[in-house]
Amino acid sequence: MLSAGLFNYWIVVVLMMTGFYIVISRSNLVKKIVGLNIFQTSVFILYITAGKIAGGTAPILDDRFDVYSNPLPHVLILTAIVVGVATTSLGLALVVRIREAYGTIEEEEIELQDASAQRREDEEAEAPKGDGAPAGGRGRDS
Amino acid sequence: MKHHRILRVAAKLLIPPILLFALYVQFHGDFGPGGGFQAGVIFAAAIILYALIFGVERARQVVPPSVALFLVAAGLLLYAGVGVASILLGGNYLDYSVLAHEQTHGQHIGILLIELGVGVTVAAVMITIFYGFAGRGS
Amino acid sequence: MLLGFLAVTAIAIVRLHNLFAVVMLGGIYSLISAGIFVELDAVDVAFTEAAVGAGISTIVLLGTLALTKETETTPKKIKPMPFLVVLVTGSALIYGTFDMPVLGDPTAPVHQHVAPRYIEASGREVGVPNIVTSVLASYRGYDTLGEVTVIFTAGIGVLMLLGGRRPRKAGEKAEAAKKKPARGAGGKSP
Repeated sequence: MLSAGLFNYWIVVVLMMTGFYIVISRSNLVKKIVGLNIFQTSVFILYITAGKIAGGTAPILDDRFDVYSNPLPHVLILTAIVVGVATTSLGLALVVRIREAYGTIEEEEIELQDASAQRREDEEAEAPKGDGAPAGGRGRDS
Repeated sequence: MKHHRILRVAAKLLIPPILLFALYVQFHGDFGPGGGFQAGVIFAAAIILYALIFGVERARQVVPPSVALFLVAAGLLLYAGVGVASILLGGNYLDYSVLAHEQTHGQHIGILLIELGVGVTVAAVMITIFYGFAGRGS
Repeated sequence: MLLGFLAVTAIAIVRLHNLFAVVMLGGIYSLISAGIFVELDAVDVAFTEAAVGAGISTIVLLGTLALTKETETTPKKIKPMPFLVVLVTGSALIYGTFDMPVLGDPTAPVHQHVAPRYIEASGREVGVPNIVTSVLASYRGYDTLGEVTVIFTAGIGVLMLLGGRRPRKAGEKAEAAKKKPARGAGGKSP
């Protein structure tokens, strides 16, 4: 009896950890966003599970029913779903822009490119010093 | 997808019922499952289906991006405006009871209006997002 | 039963490397969770999840794939460190569930506060049969106003990120990257 009543929560935990695993282990940005969506849906199921009452019915008033499930989690999740898709789109738009700027959507390659660009910038910053101070005070200050 | 005749005919048959269903969900949300959020999404899905089958260019003629952008703001302003109207009529912000002589009647009007605002904003945002992604590819 | 399907779909999403298949499974995942919501009496939520998750969300993800690429290059093997982190967190959460009220328990703390009043008074005060609508629009109108504002902001954000003309085609960009690796590849400015 106890285990049957907690089964929903366990599936929620499994889904939540699946999404979490995708987010922390995969470097593909689109896959990460899909992972976040899985995580998000697991939270939705957690809330809706909390709102269920045994023998209850959907919270639409009718003379034939006395017991209704808790409408409050439904309201919270209803809005969260639509907000979720809007924010997911925003994340995907960022992914598209990253692809346009870097030519890749793999996090590791982006970090490599950033590191090499950073190294090159450092070298360029050091180069004038080796050649001797240029005219003006800027070279000495840096 | 100009040459997929079956898809085009099926889409032509499907889109009007989808739009009608969106309106039903919008205005029947007080009595059954439904409301502004769902209606907005269904409405946007109909427009996106049209864009997928007949091309984004033709969809832009049906719902110009500028109109969609206007509606994004208009829906939210309608929602906030109902709140301001209820202040002007002597109630609290978003207290619909003062919108009509009777409490439940006023609540009914208020819910209808703000659900309309929600629906308009959600539909317009979804269409705008789709245009953003579709326009990027061309 | 449906919950089992849901878990299987999620695991399949982890294992697949073709992003197109991942997106399609994402649609299936949403549809199954909509079924679960119906089973748990949340008809409005199921309706939204079916329309949003299986419809709009899939379209937007496919649009992203069309603009990026369809396979991921991560090696297939399980990474030990993230797996360990997930395992530890997961067992801690499972341990936590033993204190949770069982499914459908009417004496659970969630059902003791606010909600009974909504169910009892909504018909009299708001006069709308669908309690979810009356709570959403009337009792918690501020909340919904905030949510709509978030959607509005997200829409504007997408428009700002993707609305303008794209500066250069991806191919030209790659060419530029090859010629001048430092500037072309690492350029952070939009």
